[in-house]
Amino acid sequence: MNCPLNGPRNISEFISAGEVKAMPDPVRASDAEWADYVFTQSNKAGVVREWWCHVPTSYWFIAERDATTDTILKTYPPGEVFAERRDFAPISEA
Amino acid sequence: MPFGLLKYGLSRRYPEPRRIPPTPDLKPSYDVVIVGGGGHGLAAAYYLSHVHGIRNVAVLEKGYLASGNTARNTTIIRANYLTPEGVRFYGESVALYKELSETLDFNIMYSERGHLTLAHTDASVRTMRWRAEVNTHCGVRSELIWPDEIRRLCPSMNLSDKARYPVLAALLHPPGAIARHDAVAWGYAIRAAERGVEIHQQTEVTGLRIEGDRVVGVETNRGFVGAGKVLQAVAGSSTRLADMAGLRLPIRTVPLQACVSQPLKRFLDPIVVSGSLHVYISQSARGELVMGGSTDPYALYSSRSTLDFKEGLLAHMLELFPFLAEVKLLRQWAGMADMTPDFSPIMGLTPLANYYIDAGWGTWGFKATPVCGKRMAETIATGRAPDILDAFRLSRFAEFQQVGERGAAAVGH
Repeated sequence: MNCPLNGPRNISEFISAGEVKAMPDPVRASDAEWADYVFTQSNKAGVVREWWCHVPTSYWFIAERDATTDTILKTYPPGEVFAERRDFAPISEA
Repeated sequence: MPFGLLKYGLSRRYPEPRRIPPTPDLKPSYDVVIVGGGGHGLAAAYYLSHVHGIRNVAVLEKGYLASGNTARNTTIIRANYLTPEGVRFYGESVALYKELSETLDFNIMYSERGHLTLAHTDASVRTMRWRAEVNTHCGVRSELIWPDEIRRLCPSMNLSDKARYPVLAALLHPPGAIARHDAVAWGYAIRAAERGVEIHQQTEVTGLRIEGDRVVGVETNRGFVGAGKVLQAVAGSSTRLADMAGLRLPIRTVPLQACVSQPLKRFLDPIVVSGSLHVYISQSARGELVMGGSTDPYALYSSRSTLDFKEGLLAHMLELFPFLAEVKLLRQWAGMADMTPDFSPIMGLTPLANYYIDAGWGTWGFKATPVCGKRMAETIATGRAPDILDAFRLSRFAEFQQVGERGAAAVGH
């Protein structure tokens, strides 16, 4: 797999962390919406967009992969998808 | 048997009658359509026709009979799970399996071996103790044993304390067994077909026709079939079929690889499993070592095999059985495991009124074949999920009521 930070590395250096999903607003989402976000997978038999991490450097990125042919089509830093920083409620409120 | 063999040998025409009828023409509609002709679907068809008197049933199978995960598991049958819900469910399955050869009048080659789950760390000793207590409480035989007893049951295993991960203790589950996986599917198919169940091989479902909250029928590559009720039992393709029904599932489809060695003289009686080393191994009736490990590290719809898997698995296996170093592998394969977030299956009702689901079979599907068939048949016949399936309902995720099953294979402890 071609890591956007480290270049091509052996696949055993990476972990797959599941699909890239749009997160509902954690404060306003209903339980059903939140459960759907946490548990449900589209589990597509086709091209999927996933979070991956290069473990030795703890670098997180996004990969597009064909889940039927086991080929990696594209990898890129998450900044290409997530342009803005997502701030959660301040810790003092929690 | 020798006379039977002689009769076969001398006969000009093969005297054995065809037991599973050839695929008939599709009727316009059936009371129940079962999608998936593997162990689970055929078991459900058997119990529908034999227990509930529902005989107008069609089983639709995309490939040939039991060609999916029924043919790709490692045939281990056990009930020593961790959650009370799981122990109760798999306990019923083991009880049904034990009688299955007689029930079906078809030899499934059920062989009770005893099942050893090894513990290599204090934490896993604690988990084994916990499992033993839960099992005993639920009436399933399990106990914690120490290396002297392990040595007696499995003298060929390396129990040295010089190993990288020495064996500290094991969970012994005497009812642990293996069986001939194809025979289970064939037995159910033969007996179901005798009661009028139609088995349609090479019949792929391409869509579901839905009106309101009901499924009215299924589209197949051989035309449309009307259905009173529909059961989906397609482990490995659960998401794809559920998509047609408009259901979203909490499932990731991940390959689970396994392999067998060349046949060896019988030396290994129990089934040996190590969650920490990600190894399970048993010796089949033919003498082959049947070996498996953890699921692949990422989701995939492909049954390809990888060198990473074999290196990892066999290195760990050699720690337990160093003398197998020169033994060659004979075959390897992979199946599609439908992994759920809580390592428990999904069974029962769906938001569609007459659509029933039997999915989420990750690494625990074969051992549940009889109980799942029986209880899903009951669900279809009565329209209500029995108590024993309630914990495994699809809606448990939206209710945050998961059944965290860390006694499943492929789960590290």
